[in-house]
Amino acid sequence: MSDVVEKTLTALPSLLSLDSHSGSTKLSSSSKLGNLIRGITELTSKHEEEKLIQRELASIKEQVSSPNTSMRQMKELMVRAIYCEMLGYEASFSYIHAIKLAQQGTALEKRVGYLAVSLFLNESHELLLLLVNTVLKDLQSTNLIEVCMALTVVSQMFPKDMIPAILPLVEEKLTHPKEIIRRKAVLALYKFYLIAPNQVQHIHNKFRKALCDKDPGVMTASLHIYLQMIQENPEGYKDLTASFVTILKQVVAGKLPMDFNYHSVPAPWLQIQLLRILAFLGKNDQSSSEIMYDILEESLRRAEINHNITYAILYECVKCIYTIHPKSELLEKAAKCIGNFVLSTKINLKYLGLKALTYVVQQDPKLALQHQVTIIECLDHPDLIIKRETLELLFRITNAQNVAVIVEKMLEFLRGNKDDYTTIDLVGKVAELAEKYAPNNEWFIETMSTVFSVGGDTMQPDIPNSFLKLLSEGFDSVEEDRKLKLFAVDSYVSLLQGEPGKLPQRFLQVISWVLGEYSYLRGELDAATVLRLLAKLLDTKSTSSETKSWVLMAMTKVCEGGVGVSVAQEVCETYSSSLDTALRQRAQELQHLSQDRDLRAKVLPREAGSEPLEVDSSLSFLDGFVSEALAAGAAPYKPHHQRQEELAQAKALSMEPYGLPISMSSCSIADRQSPTLLSVSSGLSGDSPSLSQKGGSTTPKLDGVKRVWGRQGYLVQTEPVEESDLVEVTGPLQSPNQQAGADGPPSQTPTLKPTPQPEQEKQQLASSLFVGLGSQSSLCLMGKPEATTQRFRRKAKGPVLSSSTGEQISNSSVSASSMANNLLCNDLLDSNITSETAAPSLEQTPQLSRDLPAANGACAVESTDRDVKENSASLIGDNRLVAADPAPRGDRGKLKDFSAHLPAEFSGLCHSDISPLASNQSLDVSACHVQKEDSLVLVVFMYNSSDDAIPHILLELRSDELEVSCEGDSPVEEARSRSVAVCQYSLTVKKPSVHVEVAGTVSYQLPVGTSQSVQFSYKLPLTSFIRPLTVSTEEYGTMWLDFSHDTKQKLTPICLGQEPLMDTLNVLKKKLKLHVVEIIGMEGIVACRVLRDQPCLMHCRLHAGALSVWLRSPVPDLPDCLMYHCQRALQEH
Amino acid sequence: MIRFMLMVNRQGQTRLSRYYQPVELSRRAQLEADVVRCCLSRRKDQCSFVDYKDFKLVYRQYAALYVVVGVTDNENELSVYELLHNFVEVLDKYFSRVSELDIMFNLDRVHIILDEMIQNGHVVETNKSRVLAPLTALDKMADG
Repeated sequence: MSDVVEKTLTALPSLLSLDSHSGSTKLSSSSKLGNLIRGITELTSKHEEEKLIQRELASIKEQVSSPNTSMRQMKELMVRAIYCEMLGYEASFSYIHAIKLAQQGTALEKRVGYLAVSLFLNESHELLLLLVNTVLKDLQSTNLIEVCMALTVVSQMFPKDMIPAILPLVEEKLTHPKEIIRRKAVLALYKFYLIAPNQVQHIHNKFRKALCDKDPGVMTASLHIYLQMIQENPEGYKDLTASFVTILKQVVAGKLPMDFNYHSVPAPWLQIQLLRILAFLGKNDQSSSEIMYDILEESLRRAEINHNITYAILYECVKCIYTIHPKSELLEKAAKCIGNFVLSTKINLKYLGLKALTYVVQQDPKLALQHQVTIIECLDHPDLIIKRETLELLFRITNAQNVAVIVEKMLEFLRGNKDDYTTIDLVGKVAELAEKYAPNNEWFIETMSTVFSVGGDTMQPDIPNSFLKLLSEGFDSVEEDRKLKLFAVDSYVSLLQGEPGKLPQRFLQVISWVLGEYSYLRGELDAATVLRLLAKLLDTKSTSSETKSWVLMAMTKVCEGGVGVSVAQEVCETYSSSLDTALRQRAQELQHLSQDRDLRAKVLPREAGSEPLEVDSSLSFLDGFVSEALAAGAAPYKPHHQRQEELAQAKALSMEPYGLPISMSSCSIADRQSPTLLSVSSGLSGDSPSLSQKGGSTTPKLDGVKRVWGRQGYLVQTEPVEESDLVEVTGPLQSPNQQAGADGPPSQTPTLKPTPQPEQEKQQLASSLFVGLGSQSSLCLMGKPEATTQRFRRKAKGPVLSSSTGEQISNSSVSASSMANNLLCNDLLDSNITSETAAPSLEQTPQLSRDLPAANGACAVESTDRDVKENSASLIGDNRLVAADPAPRGDRGKLKDFSAHLPAEFSGLCHSDISPLASNQSLDVSACHVQKEDSLVLVVFMYNSSDDAIPHILLELRSDELEVSCEGDSPVEEARSRSVAVCQYSLTVKKPSVHVEVAGTVSYQLPVGTSQSVQFSYKLPLTSFIRPLTVSTEEYGTMWLDFSHDTKQKLTPICLGQEPLMDTLNVLKKKLKLHVVEIIGMEGIVACRVLRDQPCLMHCRLHAGALSVWLRSPVPDLPDCLMYHCQRALQEH
Repeated sequence: MIRFMLMVNRQGQTRLSRYYQPVELSRRAQLEADVVRCCLSRRKDQCSFVDYKDFKLVYRQYAALYVVVGVTDNENELSVYELLHNFVEVLDKYFSRVSELDIMFNLDRVHIILDEMIQNGHVVETNKSRVLAPLTALDKMADG
């Protein structure tokens, strides 16, 4: 078939001169369209094209608006307009006429009208509203072709807000006798699901009907919806697994009509779609996976026909097999299949094989061993895409032993690469590998130098930031730390002595920072020498003013002694009159600090980076200054991001009145990234006690240092995926053999015959590339993630990490896999918390130290109902707070079911599990909290387990963070023998904190006469107090301006489908009960209140894959606490 | 998913373009020129898939005409590669021996066929007779 097509197309050049061809006969050669096409084929230059099209557009414009134009002519005009737009010339005047044509034309004319609309307009174009009536009319038409057209255009684009208008009509079509109408109706619903999932929530059962439709086409169409829904929520559709398997069975067995075949393969794209669905359903689910094993095996076996499309199915099948719960026989077959791909001489298959292998090695790194020779050949493949895919594969199998070879290969590729996107991507990967697996200091510094020179100024800014942070924070060994810094200094000095003009700006910034901070470590290195080297940079023409700023900052840190000061003075003279205000500022600083040694030592202390730093992010020490300025009539300050957003979004969501006019210079200062921040972080630490005290509020600050560095970028994102997947590996493993790599894996050696020289080189490369792979997988199985081999492990700061690991070790029941999970969680938390707990460790408030173990405990539990479990975990963990020993409780087997005693008014409401708090010989105290719409009620149950009645029980509650008020008549209760007394308290938040706690004392007198008391504490997360706050967008706008406390952070959005923003907000809405006020484009505004009436507003914006979240509230600390919970909610999801 | 579909000839002239994710008109010409350059520079024995920015191109050549689609990384390139062929086969069936001129003179019809096969970047129909059914019905109405 393809030959035929190619032949006919080969005959084309001769056809160009003959107008009598079938295609062109329908249009006379003198027609306007014919002329246009002839004109286009004869074009020889861009200039000519422009002339021709402008002429054409003018002529179309004239005719479309003429009242005498018939619909037939109009159709031709539209095709001509489509042509013009296709060549890149806007024909916006014709849009309205396209809609008219769809409205008034018949048959093909109408279809072309719809077509033009779908080509011209995007989904948010306002003219689309004018189409709604036409669609409505056509959906009701008796002419099936018109119904068909309407459904087609609806499934391509439709204004979201108008869906309700046509939804009933589309639904009705689901039962239409014609398959094509039913099919198109399903596709229209799919479109609705994509743009407004909540609009079609009520018709899910109709989707099921479509899935069972007797026509395979309708069923196929419904799979689009199912793929989407299952991807978002696999749990909800497990019951359909068997149905999908049955469908696939029938398709594979050739039960579909012949016309569904493509090159005698039955409905291949349908098979691929089904395999994708099965992969989602079987992931992490053994029982669902077991249903699929047979059909997957069958699919593998059936795909014997030597045709591309069968390979495409095989690829999907292999992916599915490696995604679902593993079965060793299937894995073996799939692995063999990948082998065939990789070894194929057809290059497209080889590519697909590598892609499959890249996917698969994450689960089973051993597979790479089997194909090492091929992989090495692919590394030198002339086709770049094959090379690139191979590097991707190597990236996935990198470990501490092969890192040097793999990074070298990647850098080699980078040096010859010209494409920016590839550079950015690969440079990021090299930096990640270098930091994770660096074998020694020299290698690390040299590799990073190459990264900086090759990556240039296009690379992600978090690479240099992260690098500097690593240098400044150091790691466990002080000596190693020093060596690394020294080596960096040496290496950069020699770089500057070379030709620094050729280095990218970012690299120069890194160099100047490092020299500024650490050059003193190299004792014999004269400060003056460093100063001269730096000054040379200032004189270089290509140095940008941002870099100059960094250089001046570095000089300020270094300048010392007579020569130093004179060099500094020279520089100051030049720059203190610079037009750039930032440079002028730096020059001034340099001048003053170089002359006042004591002041300099105070402002810029050495070795500052190694001490925990405290940033007073609210700049509260400036409060006095600010209030004075405000009193003197100054305008309130607006943060940089706010100003930027106001500037950028004049057209989008405008929540605030226009801000002050912003001068360009202030923008450029704020825009500048780092010398200021760096100097703040190194300068403010340690010796500024006043700041530490002010900033050391009780809640962990989630912003501060971390935000400056934006570090969490890649480590957090990629590592968890890899490691959690690795846990799935099953099957017998080769004995872990560290030596295996060095002389090639044992299983492989026999097959490698003695070979001539070049072959030997390859084998050598192979052994260095694939070293440590066999053992790596076993390591992971034993629950020891790679962290152990990581050289630059961040220093454990404060008591956080140690306390949590201690807790885990003491917990003997921790299984290997949960251990791995724990470590994983710790990694995540580590990165957040270590930076949060910047407060000097000794001064940690009790609040903080209680919070953290609880957070870690929750990680281990991994439950869906985190709130409640977290509580119980922390209560059990914290039993020092519980006065009575909890042990007797279990012995007596009297864990009462208190839920029966829950007051009737709460029966319909959501309440937490009732957790036992404390007990003694006569009294058991338990409690739970009930979420009411307008309050949170703590219900305390007191069970009298003795044989005597207790006449007076006095319950007292107190809390630092909460306002407690008694709901019942009096806090005094009576408990008869073997019965339960219940007290209710309404709780509201007084002072927000991530977790809040109520402590209580129950005191009573036994008839015997002794007075007794039981103490307990009950902890609950702030989230229990959050309620939606329903406000309009306008109200939101005014409130926003009034609120003074804010925090801003970048979070990772949840990406389930097309709309990460919507998905993320839905998750937050569900988990935290926030109220989504409005979503406009890539932005959303959300409101909530914390009981009783403490509002908090959230503004989020999706940009470049990250979600910038900005919280504001009149209550101090509330934005920070809420940010913490948002982050938790998204991480857990 | 599929981001766009192009038919371009060896001179780099666009004969058909369909975008499934919004791309501004002003940026299309540049993108199309880049894409053509990417594909033209490749030899027959090279892979039919190319990296382009943050996504991949899958292309097929028929005489002087290239059919190119941009796909995201999670797409099965080989299945898209075959989809292109299926599309050309459908055109061939409808025009009985399709040529570049057929496509030029019947741009509207080619689009109608494509709309039946790909929607929102996903394959929605591959059965040839079903793909062509709506269009042949329209043709009959016009004739009759």
